[in-house]
Amino acid sequence: MTDLERHSYDVVVIGAGGAGLRAAIEARSHGKRTAIVCKSLFGKAHTVMAEGGIAAAMGNVNSKDNWQVHFRDTMRGGKFLNSWRMAELHAKEAPQRVWELETYGALFDRTPEGKISQRNFGGHEYPRLAHVGDRTGLELIRTLQQKIVSLQQEDFHATGDYESHIKVFAECTITRLLTDESGAIAGAYGYFRETGDFVLFESPAVVLATGGIGKSFKVTSNSWEYTGDGHALAMRAGGSTLNMEFIQFHPTGMVWPPSVKGILVTESVRGDGGVLTNSEGTRFMFDYIPDVFKDKYATTPEEGDRWYTDPDNNRRPPELLPRDEVARAINSEVKAGRGTPHGGVYLDVSSRLPAETIRKKLPSMYHQFKELADVDITAVPMEVGPTCHYVMGGVEVEPDTGSAKVPGLFAAGEVSGGMHGSNRLGGNSLSDLLVFGRRAGLGAAEYVESLGESRPQVTDAMVAAAELEALAPFTTEGGENPYTIHSELQESMNDLVGIIRTQAEVEQALERLEGFKARVAHVTVKGGRAFNPGWHLALDLKNMLLVSECVARAALERQESRGGHTREDYPVMSPEWRQVNIVCRADGDGAAIVRQPLVPMREDLLDLFDVDELKKYLTEAELPKGAH
Amino acid sequence: MGYKARFKVWRGDKSGGGLEDFSVDVNEGEVVLDIVHRLQATDAPDLAVRWNCKAGKCGSCSAEINGRPRLMCMTRMSTFAEDETITITPMRTFPVIRDLVTDVSYNYEKARMVPAFSPPADLEPGDYRMAQVDVERSQEFRKCIECFLCNDTCHAVRDHEENKTSFSGPRFLMRISELDMHPLDTVDRREVAVQEHGLGYCNITKCCTDVCPEHIKITDNAIIPLKERVADKKYDPIFSIASLFGKTKERARRTPPPGKNA
Amino acid sequence: MATTGIESPGRAQIGVKTLRTDRWWIAPLLTFLALTAFVVYSGWRVFSNQYYFAEPYISVYYSPCITTTCVPGSGFGDGFVSWWALSPALLTAWIPLAFRFTCYYYRKAYFRSFWLSPPACAVAEPHGKYTGERRLPLILNNGHRYAFYLGLLLNVVLTWDAIIAFRNSEGQWGHMGLGTVILVANAVCLWMYSLSCHSCRNAVGGRITHFSKHPLRYRMWTLISKLNTRHMQWAWISLCTVVLADFYVYLLASGRISDLTFF
Ligand SMILES: Cc1cc2nc3c(=O)[nH]c(=O)nc-3n(C[C@H](O)[C@H](O)[C@H](O)COP(=O)(O)OP(=O)(O)OC[C@H]3O[C@@H](n4cnc5c(N)ncnc54)[C@H](O)[C@@H]3O)c2cc1C
Ligand code: SF4
Ligand code: SF4
Ligand code: FES
Ligand code: FES
Repeated sequence: MTDLERHSYDVVVIGAGGAGLRAAIEARSHGKRTAIVCKSLFGKAHTVMAEGGIAAAMGNVNSKDNWQVHFRDTMRGGKFLNSWRMAELHAKEAPQRVWELETYGALFDRTPEGKISQRNFGGHEYPRLAHVGDRTGLELIRTLQQKIVSLQQEDFHATGDYESHIKVFAECTITRLLTDESGAIAGAYGYFRETGDFVLFESPAVVLATGGIGKSFKVTSNSWEYTGDGHALAMRAGGSTLNMEFIQFHPTGMVWPPSVKGILVTESVRGDGGVLTNSEGTRFMFDYIPDVFKDKYATTPEEGDRWYTDPDNNRRPPELLPRDEVARAINSEVKAGRGTPHGGVYLDVSSRLPAETIRKKLPSMYHQFKELADVDITAVPMEVGPTCHYVMGGVEVEPDTGSAKVPGLFAAGEVSGGMHGSNRLGGNSLSDLLVFGRRAGLGAAEYVESLGESRPQVTDAMVAAAELEALAPFTTEGGENPYTIHSELQESMNDLVGIIRTQAEVEQALERLEGFKARVAHVTVKGGRAFNPGWHLALDLKNMLLVSECVARAALERQESRGGHTREDYPVMSPEWRQVNIVCRADGDGAAIVRQPLVPMREDLLDLFDVDELKKYLTEAELPKGAH
Repeated sequence: MGYKARFKVWRGDKSGGGLEDFSVDVNEGEVVLDIVHRLQATDAPDLAVRWNCKAGKCGSCSAEINGRPRLMCMTRMSTFAEDETITITPMRTFPVIRDLVTDVSYNYEKARMVPAFSPPADLEPGDYRMAQVDVERSQEFRKCIECFLCNDTCHAVRDHEENKTSFSGPRFLMRISELDMHPLDTVDRREVAVQEHGLGYCNITKCCTDVCPEHIKITDNAIIPLKERVADKKYDPIFSIASLFGKTKERARRTPPPGKNA
Repeated sequence: MATTGIESPGRAQIGVKTLRTDRWWIAPLLTFLALTAFVVYSGWRVFSNQYYFAEPYISVYYSPCITTTCVPGSGFGDGFVSWWALSPALLTAWIPLAFRFTCYYYRKAYFRSFWLSPPACAVAEPHGKYTGERRLPLILNNGHRYAFYLGLLLNVVLTWDAIIAFRNSEGQWGHMGLGTVILVANAVCLWMYSLSCHSCRNAVGGRITHFSKHPLRYRMWTLISKLNTRHMQWAWISLCTVVLADFYVYLLASGRISDLTFF
């Protein structure tokens, strides 16, 4: 423990995306000295990539919208496996959280009356996504970043120090959470990427807001940050994750050229009129409307087209089905030999909207294709295919406070689980970040309050162990380069635990994971500790392996197909399985799973649905009384 | 396609360094960042580079390619001839940390000095009403991904280290402009723009506009209008007299409390 | 400059002023040559005090001609400034000079090509110190709008010159020669240059925050903004038409050619 930097805070927020920043704002507003720690520079977190919008039932475009409708859409999208309490809080609080952003300086696109404009998105009954062109995530993160700056300015005027109450530790990776003997959080340990120096944060409360796990897959819309750190940190600190088998494959990622494969093509392309066709020119989505959605979607292209201008008297086109449905449909088309030359399908706006409108409504898509693929989307269709996008599963939390199962540990945003059930609706993530980011920040502040003076203490032994673990890749010799293992892991997860799964394949994946584990224990890195990406990857790999194992084990366990989990050998959705959450914990150097029953939905929420609809999802016994 | 390209990559840290030669495979459709990643996976596993999105959205991968400030993830290899040697260096305006990674804290310090957005005190969340035409100008500036390439290329700091204390660079002059054009903001930052952020250093030579990967017209739409608005207040006696007669009630804005440079 | 700029301690030690591989020096060189040529030509013409009037055309440099020494017929009446002994152009030609000198586009042009500050983007400039436009005299550039207002007045005069170019040498309407066409074209280009000016853009609407409350000014602003994106082009085009218009008058007045008359 030579060069250890120490800091002491009331609350440490790990992650500077939407969830982390909103949590930090809340904790600081309750007078707590707060640190924000993140792997990238401030303002570069993954949230910056979100495009389409943020879902909130403000009813600005269609006044029929309200929280009940939003709640219903969310539950349907998640195939009723959602934590209904989270879905309820989310639907109720999202509008306030969006309006609050305006008080921080956000500039959303406007309706003619000057309110926040809202757009259509898959699975949302009414136009509901507040947006800024197709760069909503950037607006969200910049707004929160600037709000934090404004709080720092307030602190500066009060104390003469910008960082007296809230400080950002950028390019700092947390490798371990430290707990006291009772198992309560006492701090967090990590290193600065720039220097490789270690740092200890002593803090009774930690909010995890580390985002997702997509970097374990080969074709993904996610960045290098998405290595499942938060999931792994929580499990190693005694917490648990749930529903890890549910992974969202976004239907439309770029497929060509290879170096950009996986980069997202926003759903707004379809929301604004884009259609999917196969190599034969057929709008194939009409053949893939599942029974549960039969009466909600148009059955002819004519009706679908009318819906854009007259949504009250027509049903929406099936291109706007929830993402899991569209992704599977594209997958089937390609498998049936009706794909494009590069193994995708066509997504066309060029024949649907004037070029000027496309450039105005979808500016970043226009640029992305122009600059990365040399394709002019106002003139020709795009080629798209599914890409790993979002993990519905995550750290198990208390809905109201974001408290994880470890005292002092909180989680919010993509790293937390439950809210989205088996499939997330587009736009529901950004609102999730704000609603539960705020709640987790509040939960942490209240927890710290309740502790009084007696805070859990970090022991030297734990710090020493954390240091040893982090330095391991430098001390082994003759091992492999971490990049090789990483790319093999990505390949395995993509091919064997990807969009369509079978028992045999998942078992094979688990076998390979065992092999990777042994190899990762011996990876060797070259060079020193200052900004050494090889070292960083070697440490991240451990997290990816733990999380991948959870995904694979849960995927093997769940013998049904639902949302982001499709089993070729169990193709139907089963009401019995709906009552089960699969919970994953760290176990030795691996992961172990258990089944856990879902809490039954509150009666008044159940009443929001048609009994006929409930029958599609619930067992006979769960239906409201008198409904049989 | 597929060929071997010659690269020179600057490697080193603040104690020194130099251009190192590499010969790397290039495949169809690749961008410079792909090549850097290939180097990491093969010849140079500890080559330091920043990146996140690989789609031109986060502004992390700023560097200088053949001497021009650019995003590595948005520079297609097809823009170079196959026999061309491609040189990559870190941004040359900020202190280097290692290899292609620089210390951009200058930018964050300047960001912190811009007086924040201040809405009217009595306006409740949910009651904000703004017309699309009124937000459009500021929205253009909010496309900024904070790649800091504009601040990197601006000669006022690139070529004059000592100006860093008194000049905030195009990125933050644009931020002031953005707030000045915000329909619901109540603060007048024009004096601050001149005194604390060095508006007068800009000689409108437009290099910032040239390099902006978001194609924001920084000079024409943000800096020059800001200079004109400052002139309305500071350098235009006629306009000042006119405003005494209440012709410019649009401009009832407060002056912010003094910041660090004051 | 060794310790400032890109060689400052802490920055990556690269050792060359630029790694740009393109011919970045062409643009500043051409600008330098063109502007120098213009200044030399204008200087010669403004000081020469001759060959500036060939009925019905007057050279742009000498209009309005306000001294009593003006060539008969060229001036405002008989002129009202009697104490001026030098070229009458010196009394008015400073207006366009100030207008263009303080113009946001020309500032870019001369800072890059004359002062090399910077010569091109990401090419190190040769100066040890740089203070921008914060002190005298360059701080005066902030008064560009006044030069703009004067420039507008001058445009009115030059437009009038173009109109009266439709009279023949006897003062009868209905004439049109190549000179008429040139003066009209010059006036139009000067208007385009002036209207596309950044100060103009600010004045018509740029300075207001709530466009929605000023629909008319918003429309004007939108229009001017469109022109403004071509301000550089208009700056060069109008510079050329000025030279052309003057040179044509010079050729006529010095008797080297005679006007090509259409009707
Ligand atoms: C291309 C794309 C488009 C999307 N579009 C939409 C959309 O339109 N609407 C929508 O609702 N959702 C969208 N999403 C999903 C949504 O953007 C993400 O789910 C959401 O941004 C996640 O936010 P977060 O706050 O949980 O985490 P992030 O924003 O991902 O932030 C994670 C933070 O944790 C930090 N971190 C991680 N590990 C560590 C560690 N070990 N130590 C320290 N710090 C760490 C990271 O540095 C980062 O700051 C999109 C996602 C992608 C990829
Ligand atoms: S226009 Fe001004 S701010 Fe932009 S690069 Fe030139 S001097 Fe810097
Ligand atoms: S204005 Fe443009 S160049 Fe400057 S930081 Fe923003 S995106 Fe980058
Ligand atoms: S990696 Fe995000 S902009 Fe290049
Ligand atoms: S004339 Fe060029 S900006 Fe005014």
